Amino acid sequence: MAILVDENTRVIVQGITGREGSFHTKLMLEYGTKIVAGVTPGKGGANVHGVPVYDTVEEALKSHPDANTSIIFVPARFATDAVYEAIDNGMKVVVVITEHIPVHEALEFVNYARSKNTWIVGPNCPGVISPGKTKVGIMPGHVFREGNIGIVSRSGTLTYEIAFTLTREGYGQSTAIGIGGDPITGMDFIDVLEMYRNDDETKAVVIIGEIGGDAEERAAKYILDTKYPKPVIAYIAGKTAPPGKRMGHAGAIISMGSGYYEDKVKAFTSVGVKVADTPFRVVEYIKELIKD
Amino acid sequence: MKLFEYQAKQILESEGAKVPRGIVVSEDEDVEKALTLAGLSPPLVVKAQVLVAGRGKAGGIKLANSIEEAKQIARNMLGSRIKGIVVRKVLVEEAIEHEKEYYVAITIDRAKRGAVVLASSMGGVDIEEVARKYPDKIIRRSIDFTKGLRGFEARAIGKQLGFKGKLLMNFTNLLIAMYKVMRKYDADLVESNPFTVKGDEIILLDARIIIDDNALVRHPELKKVPIRETGEFTEWEVKAREMGLTFVELDGDIGVIGNGAGLTMATMDLVSYYGGRPANFLDIGGGASSELVKKAVKFLLDFPKAKRIFINVFGGITRCDEVAKGIIAALEEARERKPIIVRLVGTNEEEGRSILEKNGIKAFADPVEAVKTVLSS
Repeated sequence: MAILVDENTRVIVQGITGREGSFHTKLMLEYGTKIVAGVTPGKGGANVHGVPVYDTVEEALKSHPDANTSIIFVPARFATDAVYEAIDNGMKVVVVITEHIPVHEALEFVNYARSKNTWIVGPNCPGVISPGKTKVGIMPGHVFREGNIGIVSRSGTLTYEIAFTLTREGYGQSTAIGIGGDPITGMDFIDVLEMYRNDDETKAVVIIGEIGGDAEERAAKYILDTKYPKPVIAYIAGKTAPPGKRMGHAGAIISMGSGYYEDKVKAFTSVGVKVADTPFRVVEYIKELIKD
Repeated sequence: MKLFEYQAKQILESEGAKVPRGIVVSEDEDVEKALTLAGLSPPLVVKAQVLVAGRGKAGGIKLANSIEEAKQIARNMLGSRIKGIVVRKVLVEEAIEHEKEYYVAITIDRAKRGAVVLASSMGGVDIEEVARKYPDKIIRRSIDFTKGLRGFEARAIGKQLGFKGKLLMNFTNLLIAMYKVMRKYDADLVESNPFTVKGDEIILLDARIIIDDNALVRHPELKKVPIRETGEFTEWEVKAREMGLTFVELDGDIGVIGNGAGLTMATMDLVSYYGGRPANFLDIGGGASSELVKKAVKFLLDFPKAKRIFINVFGGITRCDEVAKGIIAALEEARERKPIIVRLVGTNEEEGRSILEKNGIKAFADPVEAVKTVLSS
């Protein structure tokens, strides 16, 4: 198994002819991702690394009816339109890499997607990888390896760092998901934890959080309330971040009395989730758990 | 982007909210003439239009008992500095005599993926403090984003604040107007702290609107505030923004550069964990070119708080050779030398390392070893 994406995933790349879209199409193909089509309005008929390009998702689906997942590299001004196009054409998973989408637009399409049973990953995220099966994102494939640890994260590079330490010590991953660094994202920790709960391949979950918002506190409550059956380890970035300052991600800001590092750590430890004090300690906790 | 109080009030008034009678006077205007013509009835309040918090305590809000006194205060205030920010405009308003002060705000609800209304009968003070000390004094109501804020929800909140009859209807209209403004202007926050009650009317004594920066392209009607006047950034943060760098100034002495927001924060935390103090957050993001790396390193070489520099890169999309080239280029052009410790792993790691080592810089693979070296250098 694995969650969200696996060997049956067939991908459409929206914004495939752009610099980022084309570059990552190449890397995803090299990883083994089954990309069936690309879409860029006005560029129909072109070809990017052997992938046929269409003007619309609808047209792409006529020739590639097996497509079920979309990844969006479209610039912020046009990204929202691309998201709706993917949802209305029945994509089950839509990965939105694009940064700088207005919050109100994200609120609208995230609610719309949920009403249509489409999962939005992102915006402003590195995507999803199920190692050994498929990669629908921009993460470097070589740091991940097939295994039993599920990762869910608000960050990109920090995920690679932690995944790499796990991989090196022999702990592969079932799936790793970057849910995005914006205040509003299509999936939160709870949605992903729920999926890992039902995934036989996943034996333990690593949550990579950061300051800002209360997604970590809500995840902790969910773990307690639902008697979460799998061990969970957390790491939270931003212990030294000052209040009121946006730390790179739009969502990484302590404001209106919420988003503090200490509150998140307290929430997790109070429900029995160990919080690693450095990213490199995560693997130590995993070792202890697996040994038990 | 924060709007000035006078802008927030104008926008809310255009949707039907009541604000005190008043005028805005700029530093290049004739204060004498403007105030004579305005026909306001004293007592008046003169309020500096600056975006810093706590302007009242810093002398930015003053009471005047006559037009003449208001003119005098306005003249003194214009061009002066409040917490380091130059006052370009003042808002002169009729003072509203009142007893009770309330709080109301609509903001984004991350958890429920919608909006949330916050209201309290304990307004006029720091609302975060109220939330901490008297959490039951804050009314919270989530608003479904698909449905929008409806009258019945506004009335329910009004009832909880103790409003009745005509006053309840006026409060309902205010809340609906605030929600409309939030949606129309892509606001993260629409707030009045405080508002008061005069008979059946609700009057906004203060108002604040924060627009989502990512939505500013959709609002050409909103004039951008010069970055130095936003009061949000330090001198070095302003410089960094002008150069296109994502930088936050901190209090320590170890300069930090990382790729990606999460990793850069984790690097700061790691420095602190091993007993050091980070001087900043500087994120070069994903896929940084050698040009950007050079700019970032040069910036920290100039940044006086950073006595030593720790560069932590986990190359995924970012290429280690590009990073190494950028570091060397920065050092070649730099006026000042500072100890630089680099931790470099990932894509093109070997090339990156050899470029650095040829130039006498050791590249660490283990971040912990690297941090310990920074701290002992």
